[in-house]
Amino acid sequence: MSLLHTVSKSPFERTNLQSCLKLATPGSAILLYEDAVIGAMQGTALADLVADAAKSCKLHVLGPDLAARGLDASKVLPGIAVVDYAGFVDLAEQASAVQAWC
Amino acid sequence: MAYTADGKTVEADEEGYLVNINEWSEGLAGEIAKAEQINMTPEHWEVVNFLREYYNEYQIAPAIRVLTKAITKKLGADKASNKYLYELFPYGPAKQACKIAGLPKPTGCV
Amino acid sequence: MEEDMEAGVVKKFMYVNRKQPYGTVYALEVLEMVLISAAFDQDVHLVFTDDGVLQLKKGMDTAAIGMKNFSKTYRALEGYDIEKLYVDQESLDERGLSEDDLLVDVQVVSRAEMAKLMDDMDVILTA
Repeated sequence: MSLLHTVSKSPFERTNLQSCLKLATPGSAILLYEDAVIGAMQGTALADLVADAAKSCKLHVLGPDLAARGLDASKVLPGIAVVDYAGFVDLAEQASAVQAWC
Repeated sequence: MAYTADGKTVEADEEGYLVNINEWSEGLAGEIAKAEQINMTPEHWEVVNFLREYYNEYQIAPAIRVLTKAITKKLGADKASNKYLYELFPYGPAKQACKIAGLPKPTGCV
Repeated sequence: MEEDMEAGVVKKFMYVNRKQPYGTVYALEVLEMVLISAAFDQDVHLVFTDDGVLQLKKGMDTAAIGMKNFSKTYRALEGYDIEKLYVDQESLDERGLSEDDLLVDVQVVSRAEMAKLMDDMDVILTA
């Protein structure tokens, strides 16, 4: 069992996501939600960093928060899964513990 | 406070504005108008319907001067004058007409 | 009273939006402040920079997060005679966005141009 890291703040405003990516061990799950969902998109200044992390960690992004911001779920980086609220609960259930980066 | 129309009771705030805009109906508008002592005529409905369209498009109730400008554009200047609108809604066209239209209190202090 | 205001000094106001629309309440609060302040006939400039550019993103659907989609209200600004909207290209680029992604007409400027514009203001409010 491994951790679920949750990140809710924009990576362009705070460095929670960047810190998370440095400390998340391979195989752990990461969920981006609220203002952090912009970090899951293709074409951003952080795309390379996040796409790289998606190779070793299981990255997820919360669909309702993408939709609220008008961000297209079909344009998230490869290797990132879009989940709904039930998926969020499942991730928390499957994790040994939750590390909330807030 | 609350209004009752068509056998349904709908919640409003202490000033009489609907808590949930989705609960609005034409019957309810008639009840709100009654509480405001306004007898709804086609001219009243024109303004109320205009406000509902404005809200639907912009998600706010317009300030009075924005309302008059928009009405001028759509219905003509004679229907946008303060005199005309105050005759229809004596206690303030923005406030009273918004209330009857089920909209929140207008954004803007005038 | 209206005459008094018209006769008064018109100052250059700038509201600087730097945050996303829904994670905090700042974007909505600034928008409401701008709509209310429109009654005072000042020379208003609205800037969207950093994450603030996301306030103007087209195609928002907030049904699933249970919040009101207030992005349509930016399109009402024109009716309030607030027509000076600025976005910097660098903030769009960082977020993988382009001018086509925005739901209102804005002037896209460089950060350097925005800096100059800011220097020219009498009052600046940032959130």
